[in-house]
Amino acid sequence: MISMSNGLRNCLTLAFLASFSTLTFAVEFDLREGVTDMSRRIQDLHHLSLAVCVVVGIIVFGAMFYSIVAHRRSRHPKPADFHESLLVEIVWTTVPILILIGMAIPATTTLLEIEDNSDPDLTILITASQWKWHYQYLEADIGFYSNLTTPTAQINNLEPKGENYLLEVDNPLVLPTNKKVRFLTTSNDVIHSWWVPDFAVKQDAIPGFINEAWARLDQPGLFRGQCAELCGKDHAYMPVVVEVRLEAEFDKWIDDQRLAKELSSGQAVADRNKTWTMAELMPIGEQVFLTHCATCHESTGVGQGVTYPALAGGEIPNGPLEVHIDRVMNGRGGTEMQSWAPQLSDRELAAVITYERNAWGNSTADVVQPKTIYATR
Amino acid sequence: MIETHNNQRKHIVLLISLAVGMFGFAYALVPLYQVFCEVTGLNGKTSGRARDLSTIYQNQVIASDREVTIQFLANVNNGMPWEFRPATHQLRVRLGELNTTDFYARNRAAQAVTGQAVPSVSPGFAAEYLHKVECFCFSQQQLEAGEDRHMPLRFYIGDDLPEEIHTLTLSYTLFKVPTVRASTLVSNRS
Amino acid sequence: MVAQAEDVIPQRSPLMAFMARWLLTTNHKEIGTLYLWLSFTLFFIAGAMAMVIRLELFQPGIQFAEPLFYNQMVTMHGLLMVFGVVMPGFVGLANWQIPLMIGAPDMALPRLNNFSFWILPFAFTLLLSSLFMDGGAPNFGWTFYAPLSTTYGPPSTDYFILGVHMMGISSVLGAINVIVTIFNLRTPGMTLMKMPLFVWTWLITAFLLIMVMPVLAGVVTMMLTDRHFDTSFFSAAGGGDPLMFQHVFWFFGHPEVYILILPGFGIASQIIPTFARKRLFGYHSMVFATAAIAILSFIVWGHHMFAVGMPVWVELSFMYATMLIAVPTGVKVFNWVATMWRGSMTFETPMLFALGFVILFTIGGFSGLMLALVPADFQYHDTFFVVAHFHYVLYPGAIFGTMAAVYYWIPKWTGNMYDERLGKIHFWTAVIAVNLTFFPMHFTGLAGMPRRIVDYSLQFADFNMVSSVGAALLGMTQVLFLYIVIKTIRGGEKASTRVWEGADGLEWTVPSPAPHHTFETPPAFPPIMDENESTSLNE
Repeated sequence: MISMSNGLRNCLTLAFLASFSTLTFAVEFDLREGVTDMSRRIQDLHHLSLAVCVVVGIIVFGAMFYSIVAHRRSRHPKPADFHESLLVEIVWTTVPILILIGMAIPATTTLLEIEDNSDPDLTILITASQWKWHYQYLEADIGFYSNLTTPTAQINNLEPKGENYLLEVDNPLVLPTNKKVRFLTTSNDVIHSWWVPDFAVKQDAIPGFINEAWARLDQPGLFRGQCAELCGKDHAYMPVVVEVRLEAEFDKWIDDQRLAKELSSGQAVADRNKTWTMAELMPIGEQVFLTHCATCHESTGVGQGVTYPALAGGEIPNGPLEVHIDRVMNGRGGTEMQSWAPQLSDRELAAVITYERNAWGNSTADVVQPKTIYATR
Repeated sequence: MIETHNNQRKHIVLLISLAVGMFGFAYALVPLYQVFCEVTGLNGKTSGRARDLSTIYQNQVIASDREVTIQFLANVNNGMPWEFRPATHQLRVRLGELNTTDFYARNRAAQAVTGQAVPSVSPGFAAEYLHKVECFCFSQQQLEAGEDRHMPLRFYIGDDLPEEIHTLTLSYTLFKVPTVRASTLVSNRS
Repeated sequence: MVAQAEDVIPQRSPLMAFMARWLLTTNHKEIGTLYLWLSFTLFFIAGAMAMVIRLELFQPGIQFAEPLFYNQMVTMHGLLMVFGVVMPGFVGLANWQIPLMIGAPDMALPRLNNFSFWILPFAFTLLLSSLFMDGGAPNFGWTFYAPLSTTYGPPSTDYFILGVHMMGISSVLGAINVIVTIFNLRTPGMTLMKMPLFVWTWLITAFLLIMVMPVLAGVVTMMLTDRHFDTSFFSAAGGGDPLMFQHVFWFFGHPEVYILILPGFGIASQIIPTFARKRLFGYHSMVFATAAIAILSFIVWGHHMFAVGMPVWVELSFMYATMLIAVPTGVKVFNWVATMWRGSMTFETPMLFALGFVILFTIGGFSGLMLALVPADFQYHDTFFVVAHFHYVLYPGAIFGTMAAVYYWIPKWTGNMYDERLGKIHFWTAVIAVNLTFFPMHFTGLAGMPRRIVDYSLQFADFNMVSSVGAALLGMTQVLFLYIVIKTIRGGEKASTRVWEGADGLEWTVPSPAPHHTFETPPAFPPIMDENESTSLNE
């Protein structure tokens, strides 16, 4: 096409390739090794299949490029005659089969180990919902929700993005090192998928079913993953964060959690016994609303079409109180409006309902008390 | 020409039958899938029928020495306003031994609600060895507003449970069932 | 038909004549043209959606596409590309070429042919109009898993279901037409094992279509009754199973992706021999390999579901079967290379696209093989690694195949040669753009970026930026292609009958442009090419 000297062509190629060097600084090319035996074996399998593909590719594309050069009409004016060969067909059918068997064997042994969920040291029940995770430690009887904490200002480009943008949560899952942890996954609404690349654990969370997977973590640290099955609007906004601690620290953490659970039930009693004013509840309600509700109903309460109804001037926030309380606490089956009773405390529920009834022009003047919520539970 | 036409007609009829047959096959996959899952237990669904003790054990339960752990989980699906939890998170049981546990449910809502508990067992293929004699999951359960109930589960695990299983998990998810069948033309978005 | 109407109503205005011609035509060439223009139009619309996606993903954060809208773009892009671009494009090529290649005067069922086409504009108008409905267009991915699509789907989901039914009917009727034509209207002397490979691959594709489109119809009907008529096929609440949706969907879905590529294989098998001036290597092998791929495609559907919690032995079976498909596919690639080997090649645009197809599709095949390994798939599943894989097999696969076919056959259709210089520019720019867009996706996937997300964390930013730049370039190449096509239709160097020096086959014995009616009497087969000795490349 364009003719140029070999030297010039080489220089240009080098310059072109060098221009990518600035990119490689901040990027990964390889599947990560991870922190479990299984994740390392999976990386090995990945390397094996990649190597096979590269070698086969070099051979096949090499032959093609050679042919493109050597057998072009200007160099090879008379085409050959052959058009079949049973021997050749047998060879290039059999050899690939042998290569495939060579790949299938390590894949099979690795899979058999991965799917052996027996004899765990502890079990975590992971319940997915739109759009957060709930972790429950079966033996220790503690549980909590894990929500994304990246501020919406960062998402909307109003603030610079933090280092762990979209991969940070309020309550990470905490696990011990060197114990076989069994993960049971299920869902409350649609199919989600729990995935931590460093553990090489990916398991769909299916409503009405439980699945199991396991991992034994070699080392402490913070590990981040994401939901891996399209689950609606905020599929990109439900990360998984796992904090792995050495065994002794993990045990201490469990004790702390049990203590905190008792304390918070004490706090809940105090909240119920107090009579709250509008001025006290509105700021709490606004905070709860912005954290949990605004993603669908918008911070201005205008909603998004028929899928996420408007609350400003809406029927339910301006209608009978019991209906509003029921809707927030119990959700609306078959829609993305979930039941908030399990996740929010009496105080939070009372506050957010009060807020909804008195913000954006709604003026019911209703003040909902935590004890009312408690009585409804 | 006429021969071609006759042939064409034959081909057309065959191909349309194939298309229609495949549509039917899609529907046939539904019971086929159920049967396959029941036989292999591969989706962790337990049988929806009570096991009659008398015919199998002549009123006498033969327990083996082997013990396994069975864990109980309770989930409530989105929009279901019940509190739902197992009486105990796990039991250590002997194979063949008849056991009883229960699940506690309370209706938080201001009106009667009917629920259906759907079981799921992990590992999936252990499901066929879990025999339920009495289970609240066999039928829908209705609770009045504010009502609560302890719902029993009587079961035994067959002594033919494969060697490699030491722990199995039984999970129930509660779904809301419409108490009154709404008109089928009403969209659930209204 | 149209001719008679014109005799009876001589006062028809030009506009009415135009509409009558195109609405009522039963001519395979005109219907082929209609399909191709429909495909091309939807290519721009679905491509625009891809531009929206890539523009939003240019940087982390939400710039202009809110999550709900973004999910609609992702869904519609997939639906339109699969059902509106690749499939109608291949049907258009089938309509134009199959009768010409087998020496038939037209398709066996010309009026059915017209009907099959005209369903589609209605179906796609319905589907596209869902973008303007309350609640927006379908937003659950082109694979529409339950219960996201059943219980939680927007109101437009029901229109989506109707649209799918319509497209399915069109495909099934078209496939019946193809099979009946191929079985009954081949010119005497053309036995099945002497048919051109494009005809073979379409014959096999047509059987796949008839077998699996009705299963898709079944699935969406079950969705409809679950949504409105109190059934619980996919709802655990009523004793159903969301996983069953996936099993039935992918039982359709996997053969579907072979439907999306087999005609492309056939096109490569026509073009490479022509430009290598050498017979296709291993004709029988190629036929059997295609059939093997089609048959195997029915037993691998589970490889789309490795993360759902199937038992080990089921996962292993699907893994082995999936790996096995690599064998006949590899055989085909080797046969193409052997066709090139010691041929006498020139590299006009159709050959460039055909060779680009072979190389880049093979890269897609490699990532497919990697995906087949279940443990590794736990890390790849639902990440951009999968997106990279299927875009390599679909874009340099199906789309390059279609473009190659257009460049190859447009001189026969229009009587004009396309502009070779522009064609080459199109090819090279497209190759660069395709790789710039999709190759980095392998890396983002390996690094941990899930699919179908509107926003991503910072470590994926660099590669996403590169992909988005590539996508913009790719979008521009489509405009160039459109320009080239229109320019060719309007004029150009006159094409000869044979057009290409190495061309062989019945379609190269009719004048360029092909007359409205061809082969009204069955031609001699094998054809005499160029008064020289007959070289039948398809023996």
